[in-house]
This record gives sequence, structure tokens and C-alpha cells, in this order.
Amino acid sequence: MTTGLFFTQLLNGLQLGVLLFLLSAGLTLVFGIMNVVNLAHGSLYMMGAYFAAAAFNAFDGSFLAAALVAVPGTLLLGLLIERIVLANLYQRDHLDQVLATFGLILFFNEVVRFVWGPASVYMNVPQWLSGTINLFGLPYPAYRFAIIAVGLLVGLGLYALINRTRVGMLIRAGASNPDMVSALGVNIRGLNTLVFGLGAALAGLAGLMAGPIVSVQAGMGEPVLILTLVVIVTGGIGSIRGAFYGALIVGIVDTVGRAFLPTLLRELLDRSVAQAVGPAIASMLIYLLMAAVLALKPQGLFPVKHG
Amino acid sequence: MAEPAAPRAARLFAGLLLVGLALVPVLASLLGQPFWVTLFTRILIFSLAAMGLNLVLGFGAMVSFGHAMYIGIGAYAVGILSYHGIDSGFVQLAVALGVGALVALAVGAICLRTSGMAFIMITLAFAQMLFFLAVSLREYGGDDGMQLKARSQFGLLDLNNATLLYYVAYALLLAVLYGFWRLVHSRFGMVLRGCRSNERRMGSMGFPTLRYKLSAYVISALVCVLAGMLMANLTRFVAPSYMAWTVSGELIVMIVLGGLGTLIGPIAGATALLLVEEGLSSLKLGIPWLDTLVNQHWLALIGIFIVLVVLVLKQGIYGWLAARKA
Repeated sequence: MTTGLFFTQLLNGLQLGVLLFLLSAGLTLVFGIMNVVNLAHGSLYMMGAYFAAAAFNAFDGSFLAAALVAVPGTLLLGLLIERIVLANLYQRDHLDQVLATFGLILFFNEVVRFVWGPASVYMNVPQWLSGTINLFGLPYPAYRFAIIAVGLLVGLGLYALINRTRVGMLIRAGASNPDMVSALGVNIRGLNTLVFGLGAALAGLAGLMAGPIVSVQAGMGEPVLILTLVVIVTGGIGSIRGAFYGALIVGIVDTVGRAFLPTLLRELLDRSVAQAVGPAIASMLIYLLMAAVLALKPQGLFPVKHG
Repeated sequence: MAEPAAPRAARLFAGLLLVGLALVPVLASLLGQPFWVTLFTRILIFSLAAMGLNLVLGFGAMVSFGHAMYIGIGAYAVGILSYHGIDSGFVQLAVALGVGALVALAVGAICLRTSGMAFIMITLAFAQMLFFLAVSLREYGGDDGMQLKARSQFGLLDLNNATLLYYVAYALLLAVLYGFWRLVHSRFGMVLRGCRSNERRMGSMGFPTLRYKLSAYVISALVCVLAGMLMANLTRFVAPSYMAWTVSGELIVMIVLGGLGTLIGPIAGATALLLVEEGLSSLKLGIPWLDTLVNQHWLALIGIFIVLVVLVLKQGIYGWLAARKA
């Protein structure tokens, strides 16, 4: 285990973390403000990736075209879902929301199988990001570094939007007391649509950025959705700050754990035992982490302060 | 909600459903459709699991999105023991229930510290944890699952006989139904339903609500463990896909479709959902392109169906009958 390898894995973890942040920021905002759980968020990510890959291949490898199709496309799709399905469920309990959005997941998985076929679709890394860059003497793929940069920029942008603008103030107010905000004459319905659209666009952005490094296929949203749920539960539901730190923690623990835990266990345990147990524990690591966090702090690491 | 006071239509429906299920093997052999027995054994098994989940979901208002993991525990208990040559059904039963109870106690104790949304997500996460554990068990087939060498041996009961397996599942279903009927109308059930309405009030009345909810969680998990054991015996196969998170979702769909918080509801819902799935995946309308389209992409229709059930049919099939004025 060399230091170089360790830092590479740390960066990979960071890269997974910022992708998870793009998804969990939207999901946690939607939950915090509208009190709606949207399992179809993973489907929006999948649709974003498909839109991106389709545009990328149609406009012979233009990443800009992919971005211009994927993000607005997912945004529109998100608004459509909000209008048709979720708007009818705001007053219902979580169970109904979970079920309806579960139905949406099944629906979208079949839609992409129908439109793009059952095989995965590929999308290449854009030409100008295909090399490696030198980080303090450590070669690292430029595209993965770009993902980290985009994620951190979005994080900064969200921070500014939520904490420094009037809209952000309304969003925060809506999260702590929607009825009061509505009574003060703010169009809470419009605010909901705005927040939902923002979340959908971020999911589309995550799909676009992930497109070249994962295989774009039906069902790709579910594992990511579940990681996202782990992130927002660990970080504290409804909190953007929690989503950010939670995403980085989950991304890094998962990646570094998978890379090094089996080797580490081999030092400590019998070889055959380590070989059997290592990968199992590595894949359970983030769930163990989440269970530990919830056992100690049921509200998550960075809970939203009310009142 | 009280079952004895259900209107006639609901009672008639429940009776017809149970009698109809009892007659399936007879009808199947009369009409020469042995496949029906397998299909309806699956329906019974899922009814059993959905009934188990309904104890916490419907009567306790704890939305567990991870009950598929207990199906997995039951199935893997049979699979792993059989792999090591232990075919005795009694040993398998004891191990499955023991492990299931321990896991449910630990998981339940952690999950019940949270409520609402966080509870949904943490139960899901635990189920995923177990799912990935099963995937990484290379010795037991890993991702692909493994074939069972033999079905469980319960003395004279030969589970290789499909009809007998069907009636074992049916008898278990009736036993659990009766047990739950007693449970829901007992003091325990009253406290549980009280927690559903207002847990804080139950707490201030002096009930240790956590203890009641945890007990209900463990009982419901054990019913799902039983369903998992039957599943392994039906298919002679165990795989991580038994505890995929979509299975947990389908169980909830069955309950809501049938009628949340009713005893018969989960059976009605499981029967309806699995029959619709079966019907769509083998639909023959005589229009070739439409048939292939539906047969390949029936899950999309199920998805729309689920959304419509949630939006329109709020009380579920049996719930609607039971809520009608007699």
C-alpha cells in the first residue's frame, strides 16, 4: 500500500462523494421543504445520463451538446413528474409518496429499455478532458478531477443561493414553516416547483457527469439512489450542509474501504477467512457507518435546527 | 377496522378468497394446468410475507422498506444448511427463526430510534446491507445464487410434492391469519394500534411503546422468515434477488393494493398484483406487436398501475369493501 495509491483512492472517494452530493442536495431540499420523499430521484439521474449519452453520440462527441440536452431535459422531466404525480401527494403520508415514486422507477426503467434497448449505452470522456493531470506529482485522470471541481462549484453555488439570496431565504423559511410562509403571501406552490426543478436539474447534472465513467443502463439509478438515501440520513434529513459532508464521508469511506479493507484484513486474519470476509465487510461498511450514526445521533450528524 | 364488524360484502369476499385459494390445486388438476399450483404457491408465500409486513406497516404505522431481508434470511438459512448437508427441516426452521429473531431485534432496536422518513430509509439501508452480504458470499453462489441439493425434510411431509407444498403454505397462511386476528384484537394489538394513532399519548399513559413496537417488528420479521423458507423450498434455489429492495417495495404495494391495516387485505393484494404481473407478462391479445411490447415491458404498466392505485384507490380492494356501509 503506497501513499500514492492511497491518495488516488482518496480522490476517487471524493469524486464519488461530490456525485452523491449533487443527488442528495436535490433530494434533501425536496424533502426538507415539501416534506415529500421522491424515490424517482434516481430515475432522474438515469434519465440525465441517457439524455447526455444520446446527445453526445448524436452530435458526434460534443460534451457541450450533451450538457445542453441533459440538464434542461431532466429539469423538464422533473417538473412534469412534479405536476402530474407528486403535486397530488403533498398532503398524503410518506407511504403513498414512497409507493407512487416506486411505481415511477419501474416505469422509467422500462421506458429506457424500450427506447435505448436493454444493452448499456456508452459515452466517452470528452477529448479535451481525456488526459491526466499532475496533482503534486500524482497523475490523476482529468475528467475525474473535473467532476470534483464541478461538484465543489455547485456546492459553493448552492451555499450562496441558500444563504445569500432572497429566494434562498424563502427556501429556508419554507423548510421550517411552510404554512407561515404561505400566509405571508409567498407563492409556496411556485417555490415548491422551483425547488423540485432545481433538484431535478442537479440530478441531471450528476447523470451527465457520471455518464462517461459508468455504464449507462436501465436500473443504474437504484444503487445510487440508495447511497443517496444513506447520505441524507447520515447527514441529517433536510440539511444541505449535512448532505455535503455526508456525501463526502460516504464516498470516501466506501471507496477507500473497498480498496484497502481486504488487504488490511489479510494482515490481521487468516488468509482464507480474510478473502471471504473482506469484500463482504467492505461493501457493508457505509451501512454500518449509517447504523452507528443513527444509533448515536438519530437526527443525523448535521441536523436542521428548528425554531 | 374491527374485523368481526366488517360488512357482509367484505366478509363474503374474504371467505370466497380463502375458499378459492384452498381449491386451486383441485381446479389445476381438473383443468390440467399444473403450472397454476406453482404460481399460486408463490402467491401464498407473498401473501404470508405481506401479512407479516402489514403487522408493522398497517397496524403499527411503521413503514419498513426492508422486509425482503427477512425473506432472504429464511431462504438462505435453508440454502446454507442444505449446502452443508443439513436437510432436516426442523433444524432449518429453528436456525432460521433464531437468526431472524436476533437480526430483527438488533435491526429493530436501531431503526426504532428513528421515525417517519428516517425509519423508511434506515430499514431500506439494512436490507441493502444484507443484500450485499449475500452477494459477496462466493461460497454460496454470490450474485448468481445457488441451487438447493434437496428440499427441507420434515419427517413424513414430502415437500417435493407440489400439491403438498401448496397446502403446507396454505395451512401456514391460515395459522398466521388466525394468530394475527387474535393478536390484533388482544391488549397487545390495542396498544400497537394506539401507537399508530398517537404514540406520545400512549407513552404518557405509561405504556413502554418502544417495547411493544419492537415486539411487533420481530413478530412481523419472523413471518417473513417463514415465507423465505417456503420460497427456497418452492424454487429449490436461493439468490440475493430474493431480498432485492424492489421486493420490499412490492410487498408494500401488495398491502396498499389489498387494504392497509386489514387482515385479509395483504392476501387480496398479493393475489391481485401477482396475477396482474403474470397476466401482463404472458398476455395474448392476438396482435403480435402489441403482445411482444406488453410481454417485454410489462413492468412499465405495473409502474403506472402502482401510481394509479396510490392516486385513486386509497383504501385498497378489501379496505374499500370493508369501509362500505353494510
